[in-house]
Amino acid sequence: MFVAPWLFGFLVFTAGPMVTSLWLSFHKYDLHSMEFVGAENYRRLLYNDPLFWKSLTNTIKYAIFSVPLGIIGSLALALLLNQKVRGIPVFRTLFYLPSLVPAVASALLWQWIFNTDNGILNIGLSWLGLPEVQWLQDENWALPAFVLMSLWGIGGGRMVIFLAGLQGISDTYYEAARMDGASSWQQFRQVTLPLLSPVMFFNLILGLIGAFQVFTSAYIMTGGGPNNSTLFYALYLFRNAFEYFKLGKASALAWLLFLLLITLTAIQFRMSKKWVFYEGEKA
Amino acid sequence: MRREASGSRFASPWSKAFVLVALLVGAVLFTIPFIWTLSTALKTPEEIAQDPTRLIPKDFAWDNFYKAWTALPFSRFVANTLFITVLNTIGTVFSASFVAYGFSRFRFKGRNTCFYLMLATMMLPGQVTMIPVFMIWRQLGAIDTFYPLIVGSFLGGGAFNIFLLRQFLLTIPRELDEAAMLDGASYLRIWWSVLLPLSSPALATVAIFSFIGNWDNFEGPLIYLNSPEKYTVSIGLRMFQDTFGTNLEQLMAASIIHILPTVVIFFFAQRYFLKGIALSGLSGR
Repeated sequence: MFVAPWLFGFLVFTAGPMVTSLWLSFHKYDLHSMEFVGAENYRRLLYNDPLFWKSLTNTIKYAIFSVPLGIIGSLALALLLNQKVRGIPVFRTLFYLPSLVPAVASALLWQWIFNTDNGILNIGLSWLGLPEVQWLQDENWALPAFVLMSLWGIGGGRMVIFLAGLQGISDTYYEAARMDGASSWQQFRQVTLPLLSPVMFFNLILGLIGAFQVFTSAYIMTGGGPNNSTLFYALYLFRNAFEYFKLGKASALAWLLFLLLITLTAIQFRMSKKWVFYEGEKA
Repeated sequence: MRREASGSRFASPWSKAFVLVALLVGAVLFTIPFIWTLSTALKTPEEIAQDPTRLIPKDFAWDNFYKAWTALPFSRFVANTLFITVLNTIGTVFSASFVAYGFSRFRFKGRNTCFYLMLATMMLPGQVTMIPVFMIWRQLGAIDTFYPLIVGSFLGGGAFNIFLLRQFLLTIPRELDEAAMLDGASYLRIWWSVLLPLSSPALATVAIFSFIGNWDNFEGPLIYLNSPEKYTVSIGLRMFQDTFGTNLEQLMAASIIHILPTVVIFFFAQRYFLKGIALSGLSGR
C-alpha cells in the first residue's frame, strides 16, 4: 500500500517513541542503568525544581508577548503588502528574507546587534538620546531582547498566509460594504477580520506551539543566562536529556509540555467557536 | 485563487502615501541587520572597534571570508551538509508524493483515521519523541553517522509535505488516472509517469522547503554528530563561535556563508515558495 512508508515511520519514529517516552518518564535512566521510580520525576519537577518553574514562566512570558505581537505585525505587514503600490514584489521579498536566515546565523547576527558597546541597537538608542541597555547581560532585558528578535521574522510564512487569505477575500464583499456606506475601518472590522479569522486561528495555534519550542537562539546567544532569565523550556529539556543524561526526567518534561500544549490548543479550539467565522456557514 | 491585481483601492492619495512610507521605513529597518552584518564581515578588526556603524568599510577586507573558511574545515562542513540535504530532499520529494498518492486516490479501511493522525503529528512537539528516537539510533549503533538525519525523510518525508502534496493531487482530475489504467498501467506506473510529472510545481515547493529546512537544521546534528569531520555548517558555525568568537569580522563572514545558499535558492524559486506556504495555510480553513 502506498501509505505504508508513512505508517512504518509513524509507528517506529512517532507512536512507539511516544509510548516509550511516557514509560521512560516513570523511570530514572542515564543510558546505563534504569530504575522504576513511579511519579517521582513529575513530583520533583512540580514541587522541587525551581528551574522547571523558571523555564516554564520564561517560556510563557515569551509566548505572551511574541505570539500576539508577531501576529499583529504579520497582519499589518500583509495589509500593507496587499495595497496597490509600486514595487510590492520587491517589498515582499525584503520582508521575507529574515525568515530565511538559518537559526544559528540569525542568533550570531543578533548577538552582535545586541552587543552593549558596539551593537547597532544601542548606537541607535544613543542617537535617539536614550540610555544604553545591556540587552543580553541584564536579566531584565534578555527576554525582551528575544521577543524583539522574534519580530524580525514577521514577514515570513505567517505573513504570506495572511496575504493569501486577504487575496482570497472576494471583492464583492467590499463593494457591498461600500454601497452601504462603510468606512475603511468598518470594512476592516466587519469584512476583513471575520473572513480572515480562520487564517488567524491557524497562525495562532502554530505560533503558540512554535513559541514553546524556542531553542537554538537561546542555546547560541545566552546559553540560558543571565541568571537563567532566558532558560526556555526546550533548552532546559535538552540539557537534562543530552548534557546531564537525565533521560527519565527529560521525558517527564516532554510529557508535561505535551499535555500543556494539548490543553492550550483545546482551549483555543473551544474559544474559536466564538470568534472564528467560516465562510459558507451561517453566521 | 490568487489574482495578482486584487488589492484594496485607496480612499485618498494620503493613504497611498502612508502605505508607501510605512513600507519604506519597514524595509529599511528589516534590511539593516543584513547590511550591517555584511559590512562587519568586510571590515578589519581595528575598524570595527573604531567605527562600528560605518556602512561601507574603508578598505574591503575580503580575506575575512577566506580566513573564516579555512580557520575551520568549512569545505568539509559544506560537503557534509550538502550530502545530508540533497539526500533528504530526494527522499522527501519521492516518499511524500508516494504517500500522498495513497491518501488522495485510494479508499481503504482506516484511511481517514490515518490522515487525521498524520495531521495531528504536525502539532506534536518534537521533544516527546526525541529521546526514544535517540535511543533507537543508539541501539543500532548509528550515533555519529548521518543515518539518523536522513532516514526519516524516506519514510513519508513529514506530515506537512504529505499534506501539501495530497491537496495538490486532489486537484488533478481522476480521469487521467483512469485513462492510464485503461492503457494497462499499474498503480505504481500511474504514480510515476502520470502524477509525478503533473505535480512538479508542488514537488518543487516541497523540495525547496526540505532543502532549506535541512540546511538550517541545528538540533538534529547537535544531538547525533560528535566528530568534527562529520559536522554540518550550522554546527561548524557554533564551533566557530566557541573557538574564534572574538574575531567578529570572521564570525560574520562565516554566518554569511551559512545564509547565502538559502537566499540564493529563494531568489530562484520565489514563486514556488510563496505559493506553497499560502497553499498550506489556506487549506487550514
